[in-house]
Amino acid sequence: MASWWKYGVIVLLLIAAALVPQALPTFWISIATEVLIYGLLAMSVNFLGGYGGLVSLGHAGLFGISAYTVGYLVTRMGVNHYVAFLAGILLTLAVGAIFGGVAIRATGIYFLMITYAEGMVVWGLAYRWAKVTGAENGIRGITRPELFTKGWQYYYVVLVIFVLTIYLMWRVLNSSFGLTLRGIRECEPRMAALGYNVQVHKFLGYMWSAFFAGIAGGLYAYYNRFVSPSTVQLSVSSESVLMMVLGGVGTFFGPLLGSLIIIVGRNMISLYTARWPIIMGTIFVLTVLLAPKGIIGTLSAWWEQRKKVSAGVVEIVEASARKEVGAEGEVRVGTESQS
Amino acid sequence: MSTDVCVTSDAPLALELINVTKDFGGLRAVNNVSLKVRAGERRAIIGPNGAGKTTLFNLITGQFPVTSGKILLFGRDITRLPMHKRIALGMGRTYQITRIFPELTVEENVILAIQGLRPLKFDMFRPLRRHRDVQEKAHELMENLGISDKAKVKARELSYGDQRQLEIALAMASDPKVLLLDEPAAGLSPAERVTIANLIRRLPKSLTLVLIEHDMDLALGLVDQVACLHFGECIADETPDCIRANEMIQQIYLGGE
Ligand SMILES: Nc1ncnc2c1ncn2[C@@H]1O[C@H](COP(=O)(O)OP(=O)(O)O)[C@@H](O)[C@H]1O
Ligand SMILES: [Mg+2]
Repeated sequence: MASWWKYGVIVLLLIAAALVPQALPTFWISIATEVLIYGLLAMSVNFLGGYGGLVSLGHAGLFGISAYTVGYLVTRMGVNHYVAFLAGILLTLAVGAIFGGVAIRATGIYFLMITYAEGMVVWGLAYRWAKVTGAENGIRGITRPELFTKGWQYYYVVLVIFVLTIYLMWRVLNSSFGLTLRGIRECEPRMAALGYNVQVHKFLGYMWSAFFAGIAGGLYAYYNRFVSPSTVQLSVSSESVLMMVLGGVGTFFGPLLGSLIIIVGRNMISLYTARWPIIMGTIFVLTVLLAPKGIIGTLSAWWEQRKKVSAGVVEIVEASARKEVGAEGEVRVGTESQS
Repeated sequence: MSTDVCVTSDAPLALELINVTKDFGGLRAVNNVSLKVRAGERRAIIGPNGAGKTTLFNLITGQFPVTSGKILLFGRDITRLPMHKRIALGMGRTYQITRIFPELTVEENVILAIQGLRPLKFDMFRPLRRHRDVQEKAHELMENLGISDKAKVKARELSYGDQRQLEIALAMASDPKVLLLDEPAAGLSPAERVTIANLIRRLPKSLTLVLIEHDMDLALGLVDQVACLHFGECIADETPDCIRANEMIQQIYLGGE
């Protein structure tokens, strides 16, 4: 039950996003495209980690499978762009079914370690399976579909797919299944006692997340027109976790905000210094220490608190008003009640 | 065991335990327990702390496997079924240590519990509020348990007493035929204990109830039949009156505290 102003903000953001190519130079259009793509990847991590409580350190692997598939099919096989994009997502789902099937048997730190290892498997393949992946040379020369060759054109493609995808994600998270996911995060042991086959739901959650990561990977291949082992390296996974933490774990738009800050920050700061990793590490530590709920999480907690306090004030005022008239209403503070 | 005098009903068996044993390493937490609970019966399991009462619930619901023995639900052998399948056969349980969903609202907690046995839990697209029947059921349930004014409050923000009510609401949400309550009144004030006791009295008569309660006075006033566990063994299975008159049990309770 989002209130109207929330929809207002979303519409304003959409308009702003649609005006990016008009308002900003080419360099920044490219940055904006990257913000959306990595934002989507971070949102897919958040779908599973923030809502399902299963934080993955291997999503770069899923992202990379899709990106490599697109690259390979387009450059080596001359496959139609749209078919290649779909094939990328399908292969991500196929591998995701195996990776997910293994990983969901664990929770917490063990889930993290297994997904980490799975990400490394993909990285190892990218690096060693030269015949297909081109090893450290990667796959070059990925062309874009004819209508969308220019940077600003492709930006719109990414924007539209991004919006459609996160709309779907929003619906899933607000459905019965979305509630189930949050239930698993909040108290997994209780879920079985309510009749849930927890493994099945975790698996489905993983598959959705892989689907979103696969879309991001396909978009990336066309955006960058080049994929290499660095596309799937650990830092891509860990950065998407960082984006989620920075923006707010379990908040819908948090990872996108995290992506904006990290991608823009990296591009601006690397003009002046090569110490970006140190700065990013510092951001991470500071976030965890000072605002563990992330930016959006902290803001909305503060907002809730404010609403509650003002509601409490209203109640006190009403109660004392009743007292004046001689009624026997007891004074209540905040949300505490006397039962 | 001299139970014959006290057994009355001849309704079909809802729950039957046959020589159930559970070892944790060297510790025998439940030792060769046999128990029959008839449909519609109110049954208490009493016994000092560490007697194996909670472990018995964990075995009945399938939290972990039995070391040996058999468990039947309405005549069906469920000894090897995973927990979610046993629940689907009509079981519900609460926990001695509250297991609710702290960051979800009370309403979401209850809805989560209601949809647990319904296929709609696989609905991945429609918003929750579209499922009118679930919404209505949730509100009815919260009404019954006296937590409906807190529907939009996060479970974590509830008072402990209300959390215990929610704990029961979750177990009842799927309309179980057999309800297992593990010390529902644990940690509550005397006034809140009365609330819980009244709630248990108001439960539908068709429901089979197994109640673990450490407090004998509370338990005996609520049930038809009482089993007493001591060091994992079932040392008595009698009516409340027989239990009150049973010197050995009074001894255990007075001496064991
Ligand atoms: N998961 C477990 N692992 C090891 N020992 C356990 C476990 N659960 C219970 N126990 C032991 O089994 C005994 C019975 O415990 P419990 O069933 O909780 O008693 P009660 O509920 O009657 O107070 C205790 O000695 C306890 O320490
Ligand atoms: Mg216990």
